[in-house]
Amino acid sequence: MEHIVIIGNGIAGVTAARHIRKKSDKKITIISGEHRYFFSRTALMYVYMGHLKFEHTQPYENWFWEKNKIDLLQRFVTNIDTDKKQLIFIDETSISYDKLIIATGSKPNKFDWKGQDLDGVMGLYHKQDLENLEKFAPNNKVCKRAVIVGGGLIGIELAEMLRSRKIPVTFLVRENSFWNGVLPAQESEMINKHILEHHIDLRLNTNLKEIIPDENGLVKSVIIEGTNEEIPCNIVGLTAGVSPNIDFLKESTIEINKGVLVNRFLETNIKNVFAIGDCAEQKNPIGNRRPIEAVWYIGRMMGETVAQTICGNKTEYKPGNWFNSAKFLDIEYQTYGWVFSEKNKAENEAHFQWQHPSENKCITISFDKNSHEFLGINTFGIRMRHEIFDRWLSEKKSLAFVLEFLADANFDPEFYKVHEAEIIAKFNQEMGTNIQLKKKSWKRIFSKA
Amino acid sequence: MKAIKYSGLVIFLVGFGIFTSAVFFGYFNFTKQELDSYIIEKGYKSERLKEELKKSIVTDKKLSIFEFSSKVRAAFENSNNYHNELISKYNSEKNWDKKSEQFQYTVFGKPHSLSYDLAKKAGKGFFKEEPKLAWWLTFGLGIFGALFFILPNISLLGKPGIKNDGIYFESSTNRGWIAWLVLVYLVVFYLLLYFMPDYVVNWTFIFDPISNVLNGGNASQWFVYGFLYCVIMILMGIRMYIKYRNNKYQIVRTTSVLFFQIVFAFLIPEIMTSLNMPGYDFKSAFPLDYDFFFEWNIKSLQSSGAIGVFILVWGIILTLIIVPVMVYFFGKRWYCSWVCGCGGLAETLGDPYRQHSDKSLNAWKFERWLIHSVLLFSLLMTIVTLYCYFSGTSSFLGIKSQWIKDAYSFLIGAWFAGVIGTGFYPIFGNRVWCRFGCPLAAYLGFVQRFKSRFRITTNGGQCISCGNCSTYCEQGIDVRAYAQKGENIVRSSCVGCGICSAVCPRGVLKLENGPEKGRFNPTEILLGNDIDLIKLLNNQ
Repeated sequence: MEHIVIIGNGIAGVTAARHIRKKSDKKITIISGEHRYFFSRTALMYVYMGHLKFEHTQPYENWFWEKNKIDLLQRFVTNIDTDKKQLIFIDETSISYDKLIIATGSKPNKFDWKGQDLDGVMGLYHKQDLENLEKFAPNNKVCKRAVIVGGGLIGIELAEMLRSRKIPVTFLVRENSFWNGVLPAQESEMINKHILEHHIDLRLNTNLKEIIPDENGLVKSVIIEGTNEEIPCNIVGLTAGVSPNIDFLKESTIEINKGVLVNRFLETNIKNVFAIGDCAEQKNPIGNRRPIEAVWYIGRMMGETVAQTICGNKTEYKPGNWFNSAKFLDIEYQTYGWVFSEKNKAENEAHFQWQHPSENKCITISFDKNSHEFLGINTFGIRMRHEIFDRWLSEKKSLAFVLEFLADANFDPEFYKVHEAEIIAKFNQEMGTNIQLKKKSWKRIFSKA
Repeated sequence: MKAIKYSGLVIFLVGFGIFTSAVFFGYFNFTKQELDSYIIEKGYKSERLKEELKKSIVTDKKLSIFEFSSKVRAAFENSNNYHNELISKYNSEKNWDKKSEQFQYTVFGKPHSLSYDLAKKAGKGFFKEEPKLAWWLTFGLGIFGALFFILPNISLLGKPGIKNDGIYFESSTNRGWIAWLVLVYLVVFYLLLYFMPDYVVNWTFIFDPISNVLNGGNASQWFVYGFLYCVIMILMGIRMYIKYRNNKYQIVRTTSVLFFQIVFAFLIPEIMTSLNMPGYDFKSAFPLDYDFFFEWNIKSLQSSGAIGVFILVWGIILTLIIVPVMVYFFGKRWYCSWVCGCGGLAETLGDPYRQHSDKSLNAWKFERWLIHSVLLFSLLMTIVTLYCYFSGTSSFLGIKSQWIKDAYSFLIGAWFAGVIGTGFYPIFGNRVWCRFGCPLAAYLGFVQRFKSRFRITTNGGQCISCGNCSTYCEQGIDVRAYAQKGENIVRSSCVGCGICSAVCPRGVLKLENGPEKGRFNPTEILLGNDIDLIKLLNNQ
């Protein structure tokens, strides 16, 4: 029986295992050093905040793995011998494979800051980070202030976590507005304001210079670059992005760059060795996508795809329309298609924007300046229907079409106030058009393209 | 703000303490004249009973309710034993005349209920004599304290949003000692209410003035319970309004359950009673309303003129037509989390405990066996009852009508729905009864699962498997198991409370009523992936 070994039990590895099991009775082993059972990394924050217990982050009950004949091994892999088709563990034991899937995910970025390895400096990625946080920041008596370095999705989540325990937070952001490499200015500014409303000390245009230890080797303070201001604190969160967690491959024959280099079939340079999820780097980027996409959904889609190939149905990784979501404190964010920030948008990309006068709600619709083709949408504080936007993007609908049928796409809970009429009024006024909003139609919503 | 909150807690606990300790206050006895007139009023014919009662409760001593109750119960028992012995004696002597004469002397009824009835007349002391002051010291303080405790949350909880911080750190909401204490209190409360009402007769004195205004009579323990139920739902409803103020669905839904509880379950029946009509809760549907087809109810309705007939017809239409048709259009939520009293309490008082429902596959199996067994039990009981009613016999299929009614009332009506259903909130979650026991929920569940427009739509591939939806599902549905596969949630047990949607950090879930076609959407591969692959797999 062919033995499939998967390194990493995150969403990518586990999805691959589940789909291989659905299609075959191959022997499957999943190896993880972090935790024996699959858990949702994105939910770690809720454990610290007291919304969940750790066991709630595990999507499958513990009997699931044995019942589905998926073997679990809790070990750290230190090297791969691709000639012998063997994995070497930290205790120098080994395991052989017939096909190998590398799905080791990411690790937090560090930029050679002085003091970055002190006790009390941590990322927010692994289960161990959560345990560290409980140790160094259990409450606001032990942790009088936290400094977070890096203004992205993980940084704002860490800030929210610490605030849930009333720990004062200073948030250092390199850019001049929160996440404005990705978000258009209107949205980035709304989030800036929202961060301040949550009593987070947001420092824009600010970089970390170094972290100062106390006499016990614990974090004492941080020094800001330029001003040399010293901010006393007990923990430092490093959340300046993540990069592939592949240091253990450096000695192997597997070709790596930042991540494990793969072709469109998610194959590495070595036959029968695949890489998926955060740690995979596309040799040739796909469309507007970056070569490495450290996103939950990407891991899942790659897992689904590689399972097909391994089970004999060689399948190219062809992600559909881009989508993503996040939450900034109380503000939900969804995006479908491509909306780039002013910094990064292409020459032909134009934006139509609407913002609620008092609530934290806004949208940006991006479209082709020349053809008026709909390119994508960002929504804040308004939920949208994935299926509808996916269809509209695939069918390359026009901007006017999207606005006209916007009510079909709303996904807010019942009784919520809807804003389509205001949005279209603003559009008509700005563009001198006369688009009339169509009433929501179940028939259209559920008609499969 | 915190100071206000905690002083509110102290005030609440004082009121609550006085209310609870009321059981131990006051005293009970009768003068000879009082006993004589009571016996005449009740039409008790046994001289032996009269003597026994006189011996035990006609006294100057101030008996506590516990002494009083045990003396009264002993008196009834002694008297009944005496007459029963005579019955068997005359039976063996084949002295039929004497034997049948004896039957009029035995008194039927549950000992604690007989004792309750006497205690209601014999009670003296503060709660009997100063009911209004007593009301303010118990309910007044309790309500004010609770408001002071709850209202500061408007500012303490911060901006509108998901408010689940620290739920798993608090003893009260994480199965700690406070939760166990609440469980014990609730269980004891229900045991007293159902089986030993005489012990809590002092509570009824507090409500005599209010009851007199509303229905023209003194308060029973059920009046106290009904009032308490409404007060708790209003206070905890206010808590819901604050906690979920970011979510309009929760606001509207909470308003609806409060309205139906206060108006339909409490006010209308009380007013009907005061107008000499049968007090009826127009929203309570069979088989949840399990005694609707009991002889006494049918007889009472038949003897109540037009309104009685109307109620009889309404009750049948409600169960057979209105309920299933509404479930077709809106899902069973229209009843279970918008209208029902049990659901109303679960959604207000029970909200802090919703995370404790068991999400395991085994719990789901257990649920299906148990709830459907209760449904069968209730139907069997009703068939037996109705057959006996129309045929004039006392048993059907070898089952005695009285026996099966008593068994159901005791096991399901009192123990399951009350003692366990509500008492177990703090440890096993707020929908124990609705999930495992309610026969109406089982019936609505069939309709919802097989013929309804309702579903919880999963938003394409946006789920991140965080588990908030499953954790906060009071019905123990593993919502995430569906959401992470991109499948809609169509489950018979879903009561449509909407909390899964409210706590989802990615906007993945939406309760909606749409066309039946496409309600089930088994997708092999989630949206967002290669379109050819999705097609390939779905066509397999």
